[in-house]
Order: sequence, then C-alpha cells, then structure tokens
Amino acid sequence: MRFVELLGSLIIGFTRGVGSVFLLFAESLKEMLLPPYEIKNTSRQVLEVGIKSVPVVIITAVFTGMVLALQTFTGFKRFGAEALVGTVVSLSITREMGPVLTGLVVAGRAGAAMAAELGTMRVTEQIDALETLATSPVKYLIVPRFVASVIVLPALTVIADMLGILGGYAVAVWLYGMSSALYWHRAWNYLEVRDIFGGLAKAAFFGAGIAIVCCHEGFYTEGGAEGVGKATTGAVVISFMTILISDYFLTAWFLK
Amino acid sequence: MIEIKDLHKAFGAHQVLRGVDLQVQDGQSVVVIGGSGSGKSVLMKHIIGLLRPDKGSVLIDGVDIAKLDAKHLYEARKKFGMLFQGAALFDSMTVWENVSFVLLRSGMRAAEAKQVAIEKLRLVGLTDVEDLMPAELSGGMRKRVGLARAIAHQPQILLYDEPTTGIDPIMADAINDLIIKMREELLVTSVTITHDMHSAYKIADRIAFLYDGRIVETGTPDEIRNTSNPLTRQFITGSAQGPIRIEGLSA
Ligand SMILES: Nc1ncnc2c1ncn2[C@@H]1O[C@H](COP(=O)(O)OP(=O)(O)O)[C@@H](O)[C@H]1O
Ligand SMILES: [Mg+2]
Repeated sequence: MRFVELLGSLIIGFTRGVGSVFLLFAESLKEMLLPPYEIKNTSRQVLEVGIKSVPVVIITAVFTGMVLALQTFTGFKRFGAEALVGTVVSLSITREMGPVLTGLVVAGRAGAAMAAELGTMRVTEQIDALETLATSPVKYLIVPRFVASVIVLPALTVIADMLGILGGYAVAVWLYGMSSALYWHRAWNYLEVRDIFGGLAKAAFFGAGIAIVCCHEGFYTEGGAEGVGKATTGAVVISFMTILISDYFLTAWFLK
Repeated sequence: MIEIKDLHKAFGAHQVLRGVDLQVQDGQSVVVIGGSGSGKSVLMKHIIGLLRPDKGSVLIDGVDIAKLDAKHLYEARKKFGMLFQGAALFDSMTVWENVSFVLLRSGMRAAEAKQVAIEKLRLVGLTDVEDLMPAELSGGMRKRVGLARAIAHQPQILLYDEPTTGIDPIMADAINDLIIKMREELLVTSVTITHDMHSAYKIADRIAFLYDGRIVETGTPDEIRNTSNPLTRQFITGSAQGPIRIEGLSA
C-alpha cells in the first residue's frame, strides 16, 4: 500500500513537473514572437552560453576524437580493419558525440548558471521587481536564454565536429603513422550531409531543452540559498536526462 | 484610490488572508502593521497584482487589478513604484541602470536616462554612486537606490515593504524622512508595511493593524497609540503577554 502511494505521488509529481515545463515553454514561445525583441539581452546570452563555452567544447571534442581513434585503431586492428578509423571517427563525432557532448558540456556550464542566476533572482525578489517595473520576466530573462541556446548549440557542435575529426587525425596519423590521405579519404567518403545536419538538428533540440529545463528550475525556486542550490543541481540532472533520453528517440526518428 | 475588499488568500492549506478590507485615499499614507509572517507582504503583492486573490478584490482607481490581461496589467503597473524588503536591485546592472530600468526599456537614450538616474539618486540623498554595482553598497544605500528606482518613472502610488527593517536606527529615520518627502514633493499615495512602530507613527496618516488574516483596527497614529483594542495594544507596546498567541510558546 505504502509503495503504491509512493509510486502514485512520484508519477503525479513527474507529470506536474513536465506539464509546468511545457507551460513555461508555451509562454516563452508566445513572448518570443511578440515585439519588442530582446536583441541586446539575446546577444549577451549568446556570449555567455556560446563564446564562453568554446574552450571546454574544444578540449572535449579533441580528446573524444583522439580516444575514438585510439580505440578504433587498436580494436579494429584485430580483424585488420584499422584503415576505417577515419570513418568511425567522422561518423561517431558528427552523428552522436559532437551534439551530445556539446549538449552535456553546455548543460553543465551554462545551464547550471541559468538555474543559479534565475533562482537567486527569484529568492531575492528580483523577478517580482521586474514585474513591478512593468517587464515580463519570461520575455526579459527566459526568451533570450532560450533563443541563444538554440542558436549556439549547433554552432558549437560544428566546432566540436571539426575538432573531433582533427583529434582523430592526430592520433591516427601522428601516433599510428597512418597516411594522411587515407584518413581524410575514409573520413569524408562515407560521411553524408544528413549525418552532419541530423547532428546539428539534435544539437538545436538539446539547446531548447537545456534552456527551458534550467530556466524552469531557476524560475520556480523556493526556499532561499538552499533552494538555489537544489534548483541548480536539479537543472543539471534533468538536462542530462533530457539530452540522453531524447537523443535515443531523435536518432531513431532520424534514421527511419 | 486603492480599495481592498474581502481579500482572501491561502497557500495550500495555509490560510494567510481571511477577508482583508482596507481603503487608501489619493495622497494618503497608510501604514499596515503586523507580526512577522502575518501576511503583510502577501497583502502588498495583491495590491500590485503579483498575486491573485482566492476571493475578494483589489480595485485601483476603480479597476480590478486581478481581472486585467497581461498587457493592461503591465500598463497599470506603471502607476506603481515598489520598494522591496531586500531592495531587490538587479545585481547584474550598475546602480544607474537599475534606477533607469523602466526608462531604458521604454527607449530613452542612455545618456539622458543616466542623467535622470543621477537626479533621482540625489533626491534620495545619494551622490557619486551611479557607476557602482549593487554589491558594493551598504544595506541602507541599497534601500535608497531601490527607492530611487521605484520613483524613476513617476508613479502615483508607492509601496514600501519594510523600508526600515535591517538597517541602523539613524539610517532608518533618514528613510522615514524620505518617505515623508516623497509624499510631500511627489504627492504620491503610499502604502507602507512595517513592524517598526516608531516609523509607523512618523509616516502614517492612518495605521491599519493586520492580525490573523484581517485588519482588526484602523486609525490615525494618535488613535492607535491610545487604542483600547487589547490585540493592537499588545502589538504596539511589543509585549509577549496578552491575547496574541505566539506559535511554539505556551502561555
Ligand atoms: N509564494 C508563497 N508560497 C507559499 N507560502 C507563502 C508564499 N508567500 C508567502 N507565504 C506564506 O504566507 C505567510 C505570510 O508571509 P508574508 O506576507 O511574507 O509575511 P510578512 O507579514 O512577514 O510579510 C508566511 O507564512 C509565508 O510562509
Ligand atoms: Mg514581509
């Protein structure tokens, strides 16, 4: 009986949470379409979410490309297929690792900051103050973060794709002495435009998900400084789950 | 004019307001007194439409603020300036950007808006702070910047949420003087909530005592000072003994 009650309240809580995220999403879309447009705030967020994430994205991508090449080279050697290393790297990075790792990095860095910032603004009544100054907090705070994330994630993913493939090159060519021409040939030959665009579309979706989930957690923070801490942790955990779970379904859908 | 009629508000099972009736005439300064957690801030948030009543209404110049759509609500909010308990300054902006927030949003040029901000800051007794960040200010200065921000768009109604709480007595009295000055110079209607009786006597035309979710007494400062209502008496004299129950303490 206890168990059923607990399960029931978990399901109700989850459903409420999801509903509340979608309501905030709908309101953000409405506010996004209505003028005036928050150009200045959005550019600032592009800088916050995007430009400042570049170094972490670069490091993540380079090492992921390198380790992919390392694994493939040593693993595929067992059946003499190590020449395929370029293909494995380019397909894995563009279709999967580029968008997903970029999403995770941005969620951990910028998403956590969004939740902490909005949460602090909520508990110090700055969000109420915005309302009293005749400004919609959804328009002023959430829309710029949402738009910036949707723009920035695909852009960062392009960088991750290029650097991941270069990281693979470094290991395959410089470490294992593979011919440079062979690496490029294998990397390009089996790569299709839709691999790249599919990856970028996923990245845009992750950007939307991260922004709305993290802003939602921050926006509805309760309970002072402790609440801000909880909101921040919650934002990162839920974003990670959202990215990893939706990734599977988006991939399955794109591959159809 | 502000008319609050039979205002009820609960959060979950917690009934905070149980039928508040209160009127504030134009140009009047009304102070709402009441214990911590008695619902003073909740009452104030209903006046400016940050919260919606479960029952009852708040009329601002005859218009029910809870029935306005988003666009008209934001229009109506321009009539108000609110000073928050913790000042609620935007900590990502400089002092002058805080003060001129509404002006900048409505398209005023930066140079001009900064000039207005400097002028408003001078009105609340601050000079040479316009380029500082809020984190660099003391508590009393933050409140004054909050006040400058609240008056920058020339509101007709000012709401003060515990303007003197948490600052030293001398600064608190300076804030009292500012509140009086605002009313005399800007001719605003004001509602102040506080549990500081010294401040209440000084700035009020009328004092209303909020207890157990209702206004149990209203009167001029003199009437309140000489009240015969045992609840009000106990509150204004600050006694732990009397009819007011303190949760967690047995009599
Ligand atoms: N948004 C809210 N959600 C839930 N409870 C609230 C909310 N705002 C206020 N309360 C509760 O209402 C009561 C009155 O709060 P408040 O008006 O802030 O008191 P005060 O008179 O000290 O200003 C408190 O018990 C508070 O916990
Ligand atoms: Mg309060």
